[in-house]
Amino acid sequence: MSRIKGVFATLKGRRAALIPFIAGGDPGLSATVPVMHGLVRAGADLIEVGMPFSDPMADGPTIQMAHQRALGAGATTRAVIDQVAAFRRDDGRTPVVLMGYVNPVETMGYEVFAKACQAAGVDGVILVDMPPEEAAEWRDCASRAGIDTIFLLSPTTPAERLAAIGAASTGFLYYVALKGVTGARHLDVADVAARLAVVRAASALPVGVGFGIRDPRSAAEVGRFADAVIVGSAIVERMAAKKPIDEVLADVEGFVRDLRAALPERVSGMSS
Amino acid sequence: MSYEQPDARGHFGPYGGRFVAETLMGPLADLERAYAQARIDPVFQAELAADFRDYVGRPSPLYLAERLTADAGGARIYLKREDLNHTGAHKVNNTIGQALLAKRMGKKRLIAETGAGQHGVATATVAARLGLSCVVYMGAEDIARQAPNVRRMRLLGAEVVSVTLGSRTLKDAMNEAMRDWATTVDETFYVIGTVSGPHPYPAMVRDFQAVIGEEARRQFLEREGRLPEALVACVGGGSNAMGLFYAFLEDTGVDLYGVEAAGKGLASGLHAAPLTAASGRGVLHGARSYLMFNEDGQIRDTHSISAGLDYPGVGPEHAWLKDIGRAQYVAVDDEAALAAFHRLTRLEGILPALESSHALAYAHDLAARLGRDAAIIVNLSGRGDKDVESVAAYEEAKTCRA
Repeated sequence: MSRIKGVFATLKGRRAALIPFIAGGDPGLSATVPVMHGLVRAGADLIEVGMPFSDPMADGPTIQMAHQRALGAGATTRAVIDQVAAFRRDDGRTPVVLMGYVNPVETMGYEVFAKACQAAGVDGVILVDMPPEEAAEWRDCASRAGIDTIFLLSPTTPAERLAAIGAASTGFLYYVALKGVTGARHLDVADVAARLAVVRAASALPVGVGFGIRDPRSAAEVGRFADAVIVGSAIVERMAAKKPIDEVLADVEGFVRDLRAALPERVSGMSS
Repeated sequence: MSYEQPDARGHFGPYGGRFVAETLMGPLADLERAYAQARIDPVFQAELAADFRDYVGRPSPLYLAERLTADAGGARIYLKREDLNHTGAHKVNNTIGQALLAKRMGKKRLIAETGAGQHGVATATVAARLGLSCVVYMGAEDIARQAPNVRRMRLLGAEVVSVTLGSRTLKDAMNEAMRDWATTVDETFYVIGTVSGPHPYPAMVRDFQAVIGEEARRQFLEREGRLPEALVACVGGGSNAMGLFYAFLEDTGVDLYGVEAAGKGLASGLHAAPLTAASGRGVLHGARSYLMFNEDGQIRDTHSISAGLDYPGVGPEHAWLKDIGRAQYVAVDDEAALAAFHRLTRLEGILPALESSHALAYAHDLAARLGRDAAIIVNLSGRGDKDVESVAAYEEAKTCRA
């Protein structure tokens, strides 16, 4: 069983998985592995690591600036993959998903990228600007390398696309909880819950919910019905604090611990 | 040859497509449907034709530039006078089409990205006329070098948002417009200004701009009783070039030249010429095309004296026309464009946009090469009033350096 499947199988019926996001190489490459271990200590079930891109069109200012900091500090796609490999030397259990944009991956080549991910112990990849319609070749390469391809769903996804996106995805589905970019502040939890019921009718995959979840309270609300709660900008904001790096890491770890503590336990068998 | 592009999913060979975040996939499908209906709806087409005639002032003249021709010493140089359109550039052909479509779709708010500000002005103009609200995203650097257009947009009631992240030019303005659109999809229509972006934009913008070539072909036939040897147009995203070329694509005797910005020279790396430099194929702003990026796939900063050409990508149909050999792409640097700007101003009394000056520079050489029996059409895509200040500043800085 893949690490991603394992996590969702273990947590099924108990509580939502917690997926923190960090921008790889932010604020410098040397921060990435320590912060990943810190996230695990704080209770992360899966870690999402952003691959830097100069033009992150789906991201709000917080993550845009994180990408700029990472690129300014010399981060590259390859370097971020190397950080995952370094993380794996001490953690063989926590699944890691890379999230990024198509162009750097296409520049490396789908096949080369997929094999590099496999060798580093990456479990899945999300390419924000690559819908399933354009992803045939990438899915082939990923599948041969045993890398899960996680596609996004959004409030604007037409009903007729849900099943096709479900069929193209492996590992889990990522539901974008609001119309907008990362870091937005207009989450409507009731609307997300209603949408998720529709998504579940179209696909049996676990569904993670991200965008707009920024504190223990919103994590708890979404954690009542989602299979995973994804928190990005609120963590990246803390990474950007102008203080010594160990204080930053301690702050992030504390915040993620609070998120984890807020996720409600479920009565067994009542998960979805 | 029969040319039918793009395919049903918006691909021009390996180029184009729809590379966007999921939030925009539904809205793009809605737009595609609405445009497919409008395209074959005689009511929509009649409305568009009436606006072209009465509001834009079409057809724009095809003008034989006799003194410029004499100066080049070769082929007759005709100028397709898109600079005489209302708002002073070809951009309005497209914004009128998209705004009519927005109205049809019940959208109340237009957003746009702009580089030189011509597309922003053209969008703000049609928004004012149709009573729609309008927000224009513009890189902070472009706001500084195209101040007159910023003032025009504000007079027209548009909000101009300065984009300060990234390279602070057209590409960053487009990123920001896409973020706005993803947040406000229900009420907003995103008016893309060039033949770039996700399907259906490249084909739709081309169709709205195709009036340029349709008129030019007819006007030239009336005038000379034959077709010209060549067409020349500048290429940033490539909408004025696509608009001129499209009606001639099956006229294989007519050579097509797209002129990119060589900036400080192709060898310097400080340019905006992805096709000429054959810098690689990549994905940005929703489409696959030729694109300027580094070995890690990060988009490179570009340079051109002309804000409207200062963009690392190019419309996917140009990439396809290059690959199939139907069009040729060349590049002209800042200095040559500036010389062409002055030449047209002094010889013909026409102040061209710096963007169009790139096409004029290449056409001058091409005319000499083709000889006196030939004739060429240059798309004078916009007028240069907006550039008067920045040309003066550029030349003053040069004098100080010298």
